[in-house]
Amino acid sequence: MTVKQISIFVTNMTGGLAEVAGVLGNSGVDIRALSIADTKDFGILRIIVDDPDKALEALSSSGYVAKVTDVLAVPINDAPGGLAAVLSVLADANIFIEYLYAFATRTNAQDAYVVLRVPENEAAEKALTEKGIKLLAPEEIYNI
Amino acid sequence: MERYYQPEIECASRQQILDWQNERLVKQVRHVWDNVPYYRKKMEEKKVTPSDIKGVEDLYKLPFLTKDDLREAYPYGLLAKPLRDCVRIQSTSGTTGRRVVAFYTQHDIDLWDECCARAIVAAGGTNEDVCHVCYGYGLFTGGPGLNGGSHKVGCLTLPMSSGNTDRQLQFMVDLGSTILCCTPSYAAYLAESIIERGLRDKIKLKAGIFGAEAWSEEMRQDIQKKLGIKAYDIYGLTEISGPGVSFECSEQTGMHINEDHFIAEIIDPDTGEVLPEGSKGELVFTSITKEAFPLLRYRTRDICVLSRKPCSCGRTHVKMSKPMGRSDDMLIIKGVNVFPSQIETVLMEQGYAANYQIIVDRVNNSDTLEVQVEMTPEMFSDKLSQVAEMEKQLVGALKSMLGILSKVTLVAPKTIQRSEGKAVRIIDKRKI
Repeated sequence: MTVKQISIFVTNMTGGLAEVAGVLGNSGVDIRALSIADTKDFGILRIIVDDPDKALEALSSSGYVAKVTDVLAVPINDAPGGLAAVLSVLADANIFIEYLYAFATRTNAQDAYVVLRVPENEAAEKALTEKGIKLLAPEEIYNI
Repeated sequence: MERYYQPEIECASRQQILDWQNERLVKQVRHVWDNVPYYRKKMEEKKVTPSDIKGVEDLYKLPFLTKDDLREAYPYGLLAKPLRDCVRIQSTSGTTGRRVVAFYTQHDIDLWDECCARAIVAAGGTNEDVCHVCYGYGLFTGGPGLNGGSHKVGCLTLPMSSGNTDRQLQFMVDLGSTILCCTPSYAAYLAESIIERGLRDKIKLKAGIFGAEAWSEEMRQDIQKKLGIKAYDIYGLTEISGPGVSFECSEQTGMHINEDHFIAEIIDPDTGEVLPEGSKGELVFTSITKEAFPLLRYRTRDICVLSRKPCSCGRTHVKMSKPMGRSDDMLIIKGVNVFPSQIETVLMEQGYAANYQIIVDRVNNSDTLEVQVEMTPEMFSDKLSQVAEMEKQLVGALKSMLGILSKVTLVAPKTIQRSEGKAVRIIDKRKI
């Protein structure tokens, strides 16, 4: 069970991010979660949105290089040790994490969420579900 | 007092020089006709035979050679001697990746060395000197050329090659280098380093022979002041032999072309028509003594002016100005010839779009090359490490094509500056 993440290539310059956010906003896309990986010259903006197809279309027609990747979204207990509990499951199963980022919501005060990018989604999903950790379904995260 | 390596040649009368040129040209055209089918065909197409060339005044009848011919004839198509008579190759970059390879017999090397020896003596060199050569050695002609000239003069030769500034400075101080041979930008860099490290009183340099790239009069003054030397320009190209095709004398107002070996013409780059003396145009060379790789009417693409005004140094050979530009899009970066088409070839091979921009600058007296490439959906990844790896691969591929290190910057699509819809490919910010 994966959710769709959109990655966008952004040149490092003043106003660059405001412009992408504007494109998304104008198309009526709501951002659920985001992270940025940056280098000296460019950044990769990664977002989870309520309507990935609409977001991708808006970005492409505005000339952005954007790409969809399937990632895992995992709820974690928003308390000390919550993140460690999930990550240790993956570590024990020898699963490498490419990157992750976390977000919280207004509707659910107990849980926080992490978006996980791993080489093989199925293997990670298996390891997590075996330990009773439930993944978020796309509808759930898009409708948060 | 002015000194010469070969006074009887360097100060020969105009008539004597013409006599040599006439005799050698006639012989050379016959040699090429007999041994280079590629050029013979070109002559036949133009309906010229060796008997039509009776002297320099008939030179205009011969067809031109260009870098494209060298690419087409690669590697042996313009060779005029059996390989068993050749002892060396040197090489320079071609327009799209296929390199230019020039061949030399031992006699060719000897004459080339003599040309460089003339330049070293014109810069005040004697057998008492320590000649510090930090042009690159190898396929590049800079190192081997000045090295050979230095031997002829009898200088103690330090074959330093380029790079490793610490070692350059150590040898310069410990062995008392008196003549420095390198690119002007490296000379300026060394001058900065010498001053920064407080070595100014420990060096014995008196002269520098700097070529292989464009440099301004301001840069000359700067280097001369910082190093306390006299800085001389030198010019050459691999296709014709290498450095020493022409060189500066004490007057520092242009470079004497070694006319006993090379006939120079100035042409209109658009029409190919020979222009009268004193006109600005494209420099064309005819090698009249080269055995293995005798190019007739080779278009250098360098724009300059020739002058026969008598020179106070006593040399009688024609002087050429510093090249004022190019009639093609070749860039000279860190002394290395770079064609935008080479960069384009690499980008295509690596899967990028042909949307790029080349930015050349000079930072701390050293040339920098930046290649900006637009990111494409096919090349993009959500993983930073993957994008960084692609960037690294591109840097590696460019290095292997161009021979110099470039900075690659990936940019968003449609961010490369365009003028009236057409991308501006080259931005040269150097003030030279």
